[in-house]
Amino acid sequence: MTPRTKPGTDNGPVFTRIRDWFDPTYLRDVGTRPDYRYTLANERTFLAWLRTALALVAGGLAAAQFLPELQPAYLRELIAIVLLALGALVAIRAVDHWARVQKSMRCDEDLPPSRFPAIMALAVGVGALALIGVVLFLGAPGR
Amino acid sequence: MPPDPGRQPERTRLSWRRTALALTISYLLIVRMGLGEGRTGLILLLVGLVVWAVALTVLWPRVTPTGSRLGPGPALPVTALAVAAFALLGVMLSVHRLG
Repeated sequence: MTPRTKPGTDNGPVFTRIRDWFDPTYLRDVGTRPDYRYTLANERTFLAWLRTALALVAGGLAAAQFLPELQPAYLRELIAIVLLALGALVAIRAVDHWARVQKSMRCDEDLPPSRFPAIMALAVGVGALALIGVVLFLGAPGR
Repeated sequence: MPPDPGRQPERTRLSWRRTALALTISYLLIVRMGLGEGRTGLILLLVGLVVWAVALTVLWPRVTPTGSRLGPGPALPVTALAVAAFALLGVMLSVHRLG
């Protein structure tokens, strides 16, 4: 069976990729069925990313509600909105990566390489350090 | 299904269960924030309720032993979009509070 898009790194235009998320029959048409355990492992990896996204969203909602007003002005809202945006990004990227991995496994290719985990880890680490700096040098919360 | 030493289907079901729980807790935080934001907050928390109900309805077969033997269907993208929708509702509530 010929895949409708070239598998692997070239995943076609945005619309094709979004169709890959929603259309399981398309994913069923490509290549051959891998061991069901790999499929389930891919699904659990997606779910772990989704819970990471939910942790970021819940962190953003908690920052907005439970932090006192911070100096400089709007810092609290900035923290909340950055965490919420990161959560949305992680969720959308999780489903896209799930579809790409599923396609690679069906075509018996290398799994798609991704810089995303490294970028996320750096962003969270640098963000936490920056907040430590703000608290130490610009005044503790609630002062 | 033959015996599976790794209990993969069960682990996947439990993983969906944890995710559904995390989704519900996030929604409760939206409710708490929405209740403090007047009429707009009320509307946004009701939108969130619809998102939560749709996501739970679509993903629930993945939690049950019979449903999880079928393919995932739209459960994955719908749940991911629900998380993104919650993030958007949180941003809208934060912006609304700034006035």
